[in-house]
Amino acid sequence: MKAVIGKTIKFANNIDTDVILPGKWLSLTDPKELAKHAMEGIDTGFPVKAEKGIIVIGGKNFGCGSSREQAPLALKYAGVRCVLAESFARIFYRNSINIGLPVVECKGISTAVNDGDEISVDLEKGEIKNLSTKKMLKGTKMPPFIMEILSDGGLIENLRKRMGNK
Amino acid sequence: MNISEKILAKASRKTTLHPGEIVDINVDVIMVHDLTGPLAVEAFKKIGVSKVWDNKKVVIILDHQIPAESVRMAELHKMLRKFAKEQAIRLYDVGEGGICHQVMPEKGYVTPGAVIVGADSHTCTYGAFGAFATGIGSTEAAAVFATGKLWLKVPGAIRFNVEGKFPKYVTPKDLVLYMIGKVGVDGAIYKSVEFRGETMSEMSIAGRMTVCNMAVEMGAKNGIVEPDETTSKFLESRVPKSKLQDYQWKSDPDAKYEKTIDIEVSDLEPQIACPSSVDNVKPISKVGDIEINQSFIGSCTNGRIEDLRIAAQIMKGKKVKSGVRALVIPASQEVYAQALKEGLVEIFTESGALMCGATCGPCLGGHIGLLASGEVCVSTSNRNFVGRMGSPEANVYLASPAVAAASTLTGRLTDPRKLEE
Repeated sequence: MKAVIGKTIKFANNIDTDVILPGKWLSLTDPKELAKHAMEGIDTGFPVKAEKGIIVIGGKNFGCGSSREQAPLALKYAGVRCVLAESFARIFYRNSINIGLPVVECKGISTAVNDGDEISVDLEKGEIKNLSTKKMLKGTKMPPFIMEILSDGGLIENLRKRMGNK
Repeated sequence: MNISEKILAKASRKTTLHPGEIVDINVDVIMVHDLTGPLAVEAFKKIGVSKVWDNKKVVIILDHQIPAESVRMAELHKMLRKFAKEQAIRLYDVGEGGICHQVMPEKGYVTPGAVIVGADSHTCTYGAFGAFATGIGSTEAAAVFATGKLWLKVPGAIRFNVEGKFPKYVTPKDLVLYMIGKVGVDGAIYKSVEFRGETMSEMSIAGRMTVCNMAVEMGAKNGIVEPDETTSKFLESRVPKSKLQDYQWKSDPDAKYEKTIDIEVSDLEPQIACPSSVDNVKPISKVGDIEINQSFIGSCTNGRIEDLRIAAQIMKGKKVKSGVRALVIPASQEVYAQALKEGLVEIFTESGALMCGATCGPCLGGHIGLLASGEVCVSTSNRNFVGRMGSPEANVYLASPAVAAASTLTGRLTDPRKLEE
């Protein structure tokens, strides 16, 4: 997979899925509609900022709370190319991979990156390069089967391939 | 091995397991509801298989927004009913069930030693029965529909050893809030959490469900209590006899834990999770004077008959404080029927509370009693995140049904023990 490059938007610790995508929008099914409400609980201007493609930096326990897959879907369709965080809530982490949104756990990321820095993420090696400050960081490398899900574009595409339906 | 490792070993056809190992497990039951089901059905249709792997092991429960609160939701309910019919899957519709995590054990889908996944984060509730239960997302639910399998990383385990007897009006909710306050909202991230000790053995199934329900609020993959006589008693009228044979799911004496946390409840005060994080927990005496606009007794955390009983005991013959809206929402139709039989519905209604049909309701800000800006709600539910129950400028205090009931009568956060002084 190619490296993911983009400008960052930083968030605090324990960003929950209720602020990423408030419950009142859960009956929306079109991801583009969901995207209009991405991060609405914390920053109503987020969809405009994300439009051209960005990388989200989170603190500890990013995506905690509800299992709603609409949360990573909203981020992905708003223009988020990748989420890096000190740690993730497990359901959010799995959901992101399953819908083809790369997520990398990276200790120290919240202090090594400033809001608005441009960074490059090599998913295969788990390497993060801050292009603005030239700092390098090592994230957690993903096992090959997860990399395969991501490079297939998500779990459904991966399953279609594995079940011989492609 | 500990109990969670034993269940995962059985489900992955292995004799031994180690934390960190990735295993493919066979799922015994999968559940989706009206907010996660539609995405799962859409995803399932893209996989290219015509039938779910085992229609008897898939359950759909309409609960979050029932009866449909909008045309958009009515369409999603319609779509789920159609899918259930095509696939011959049991769907619990309006009036048949209630909140998924209450309905699953009531209807006999939860058994000790089973692996149960659900497209809802509070699926961990079923650990109260000695099952390994965890939440997943919609796309993953679709994959389980198709294959009956799921990959999991074997979690490291944390053990809570709980001893002592609860003081009057101090409940399992206070215990679990206290535990979350102690370890933090990421204190058990990716981990399996086992609740043990004399207090857990003596606790009712309802209490164990409350405790396991909130394991996810400390980030846990699952929460679990060893099954025992109490478990059998609850299940014997609900599951086939064949599934009642095997109650020997126990952690080995030499089972490994990353951490053991000892808790003594004999001196525990009622606990409150203050806005806007579930680990912002204080004993009620340290919270200060908080005026409330609404109280909510219900949810998958505290909408059981035991919860309604303690609330009714406090509210009997008394009036809801003027200016407070009191909502009482039983977790299921079965709970509602029992509350009717016991005269609890009468007590709540006469006190001026509004009794609604079983649904998740305001817990996640879906419908029935959302909050306006600047309003304060005392809630027996599980999350007080910004905007969770309506306006991002509203404040939610999480508490036990006893505290919520007492506060309903005074219009401010109130220790139920103070009412009797």
